[in-house]
Amino acid sequence: MAKTVPFTGAQAAAYAMKQINPEVVAAYPITPQTSIMEEFSQYVADGDVDTEFIRVESEHSAMSATSGASAAGVRAMTATSSAGLALMFEIVGVTSGLRLPVVMNIVNRALSAPINIHCDHNDSMACRDSSWIQIYSENAQEVYENTLLALRLAEKVLLPVMVMQDGFITSHSVENVTLQDDNTVKKFIGNPPERPHLLDIEKPITIGPLQLFDYYFETKRQQADAMEQAYKEYPKLAKELSDITGTNHGFFEKYRLDDAEAAVITLNSTAGTAKAVIDKMREKGKKVGLLKLRLFRPFPYKEIAKALEKIKSIAVLDRSESYGANPPILAEIKNALFDSSSKPSVQSCIFGLGGRDIWEKDIEKVFDDLLAGKINSTTKYIGLR
Amino acid sequence: MNTPKKGWKEIPIAGNIVVPGSSEEYKTGNWRSFRPVWDSRKCIQCLACPINCPEDSIKVKDGKRLETNLDSCKGCGICANVCPVKCIKMEEESKFQE
Repeated sequence: MAKTVPFTGAQAAAYAMKQINPEVVAAYPITPQTSIMEEFSQYVADGDVDTEFIRVESEHSAMSATSGASAAGVRAMTATSSAGLALMFEIVGVTSGLRLPVVMNIVNRALSAPINIHCDHNDSMACRDSSWIQIYSENAQEVYENTLLALRLAEKVLLPVMVMQDGFITSHSVENVTLQDDNTVKKFIGNPPERPHLLDIEKPITIGPLQLFDYYFETKRQQADAMEQAYKEYPKLAKELSDITGTNHGFFEKYRLDDAEAAVITLNSTAGTAKAVIDKMREKGKKVGLLKLRLFRPFPYKEIAKALEKIKSIAVLDRSESYGANPPILAEIKNALFDSSSKPSVQSCIFGLGGRDIWEKDIEKVFDDLLAGKINSTTKYIGLR
Repeated sequence: MNTPKKGWKEIPIAGNIVVPGSSEEYKTGNWRSFRPVWDSRKCIQCLACPINCPEDSIKVKDGKRLETNLDSCKGCGICANVCPVKCIKMEEESKFQE
């Protein structure tokens, strides 16, 4: 039987890990991720999981130990934030290059410098070309379910998956979270699939050899194909999960979007704030809606183009910068629209860097500007002095 | 030397090597830009070249060096450099390509 409990996003991630019961977890503390591993290490200490918990000396080692364990054939997980992810970066690429189905929870936090512990998305967005599947979560409920879904997807296509949640806003705020019972989860995640691994003495193999101009290109092409497979498999696995949880796990969520004239596109916790604004504006008869992204890699271009077909104007709210270029979400939305027959007006907005709050009134202003046709080609910085 | 290479759909994932002891099958001679061409008539069999070859590409049998193994020779030219009678010449690899 499912039960509903008061959980933070960090607890939700840790609980999903508990139910997955990975053989190895290696982690290094970093704010605001630490809460996940605090919670999970309690499960280890209490004997609730069979996990070997490895306390390493850095995130570079955390990712190395996790991918090493995964290469040895077991389920392995970790979690990090910001500078921790940056320090991992070398092994982040190794993990996907070796096609290891590692699942990592990311608690989004701004990158240094200046040093800052609060939320923005520049840490995970910096990894968008690292051949990791990326799933973004609005709230603790989605963190829990996305982590379970991530494991299935990782093991299906043999690519690692990052599951994102907003630092503090989601990771440290208590919400109602509905948890599935252990047996249901066990049945959903199933047994890990057969895959090549280092400890198979019947079939000894080498993992991670040198590949130069003769084969590297072919191996990278396989990785691109694995992402294609992830795009095809995600909806099937998502449906399987939705059938259990009753929650939607589409590539993205459409919130009062179909008849909207103006729409906001964003991801993670700000989608929740946008929904509240939309409900209030709808009561006043304003036709506004939201497209909340979940799957960012692979990116569902066609489906998004279709969802935006009838929208007149769009504001893309990025919580990260791509200095000297279009911010990450905007760039993808523009890519999606290039092949679409409809060409809505698109307003670029950047908000919330380093944890600067975005308020309902800010998003209402974004919608009002869209509806009034106040759209320009330069980026609006919401809440900037 | 130029064995046909497999396409991306035919190789193991992640560059994994799924057969043990397969390094002998991995031909590295195509890294070479210059090829050592040995004149066996001028050679005095001093055996300086097999001793100095960093790739062990020159085998010795019954006290005499054999032809250079071009599957592993990288064309470093050390053999030509140490040869006291200059019987090894480094020729541009492109000359030998079809």
